[in-house]
Amino acid sequence: MGYGVRLQVWGEYACFTRPEMKAERVSYDVITPSAARGVLEAIHWKPALRWVVDRIHVLNEIRFDTIRRNELESKISAGAIKSAMKGTKLMGQQVITEERQQRATMMLRKPSYLIEAHFELTSVAGETDTAEKHYNMFIRRARQGQCFHRPYLGCREFDAHFAYVEDDEVLPDSFYCDATDMDLGWMLWDMEYSREMEPLFYRPVMHQGIIEVPDLLREGVKPL
Amino acid sequence: MTNERTHQPIEKRYDFTILFDVTNGNPNGDPDAGNLPRMDAETGHGIVTDVCLKRKIRNYVEIVKREELGFGIYVTEGAVLNEQHRQAYYALRKEDEAKAAKLEPKDKDEARKLTQWMSDNFYDVRTFGAVMSTKVNCGQVRGPVQFTFARSVDPIFASEVTITRQAVTQEGQEKEREMGRKHIVPYGLYRMNGFVSAHLADKTNFTEEDLQLLWEAIVNMFEHDRSASRGEMTVRKLVIFEHQSALGQAPAHQLFERITVQKIHDQPARSYQDYQVSIERDSLPEGVTIIER
Repeated sequence: MGYGVRLQVWGEYACFTRPEMKAERVSYDVITPSAARGVLEAIHWKPALRWVVDRIHVLNEIRFDTIRRNELESKISAGAIKSAMKGTKLMGQQVITEERQQRATMMLRKPSYLIEAHFELTSVAGETDTAEKHYNMFIRRARQGQCFHRPYLGCREFDAHFAYVEDDEVLPDSFYCDATDMDLGWMLWDMEYSREMEPLFYRPVMHQGIIEVPDLLREGVKPL
Repeated sequence: MTNERTHQPIEKRYDFTILFDVTNGNPNGDPDAGNLPRMDAETGHGIVTDVCLKRKIRNYVEIVKREELGFGIYVTEGAVLNEQHRQAYYALRKEDEAKAAKLEPKDKDEARKLTQWMSDNFYDVRTFGAVMSTKVNCGQVRGPVQFTFARSVDPIFASEVTITRQAVTQEGQEKEREMGRKHIVPYGLYRMNGFVSAHLADKTNFTEEDLQLLWEAIVNMFEHDRSASRGEMTVRKLVIFEHQSALGQAPAHQLFERITVQKIHDQPARSYQDYQVSIERDSLPEGVTIIER
């Protein structure tokens, strides 16, 4: 597939939560391929295509910030809704004053990334789903700032702005363009939805601010 | 009584900015800093979290739509919750609905029914979304309305005010006067950006009526939230960028940049009059209109 797109995304804050630190959220150092895919899908997606993130440029310095908020301790009980639908009273309303948990979030400050990605057509692609069509749709939307819903950086309160990077545009320099290689440790790559939502991990190394992202779902690519 | 709301969901994208200020109050305390006003340690700007403002919206809707079906608030605050209200949710047993033995949704279809019912009955679920205790993907509703962190336009100054109290809590201590501390921001003007997605509105059936209620709630969110700690809080401006389509016509960040807030003089600001708010209305992208409330 020769159809690659480049999108710059940035925001005030971001939190790409490490799965092992979910209660008191701690963000990864950089955006995960999964979150990058989410940003692309917020602009254009159909079941007929699968976004594959190829490369992530980390443009700004990695810095953290922390904030503690009051959060709810439980989810809405599906059982209570069911019985309410059947005519019993819904007694399960959540009263925040009784179910409060104060949790900290360690988030990234002023993140800015350049995402290089392409898409592949999936098995559900119909006859009208040509790569050109979707490629042009995405570019048209990204250039005009159109989106299906506002993309976000890990959590919905951290909104992302985005701008399409044209093919002939000079790429912005990364803060890390002269830095030595940085091993980012094991990171979430994405969820494998066909197998009971299994998380897949990879071990990225940031080379001069750029992370090469493998496609772990492609046949022949073995997870590290 | 099931509330079958049949109105059309909204069909346009909205990006909005709220300007609100606080005078001699604490807009949002930081539990990590002994309830000092939240601050960005690096820049000194004040912060008010997204969830703090969502709480105000929920409370407002709960107050004004107290008895109305379809406008329940699921995540309530003890202070505003009334029992009558809580009992108002009944649903009709549908003939074709099988008796469910298990309490977990069996499949996507059922999860969708549950979330649909929640969206129909609860304004906050329809607006902000909700997560239900189910593994099924549809047990999550992403609402159309997205709030972000509000930040103050300039660095804020948090001052500590010590107060005394004549009454004491322990007997035999009447000689002692108890001291307390209040943290206040003498003045701060905050700005928050938010978004409304028509595509997600379609999923929860968030209608034009709901949208108008949201704007009304934003404008009035502090009117029913007075307390000793809050001081005077006022929404000064709500600027809405309305696009002509669900996808929108322009990048949101470019629209937000049209709103500039400037301090008029070099002194510390002490009132809204110390700021000049201007909105660049010329050469708006085609299909974008500005609505001020």
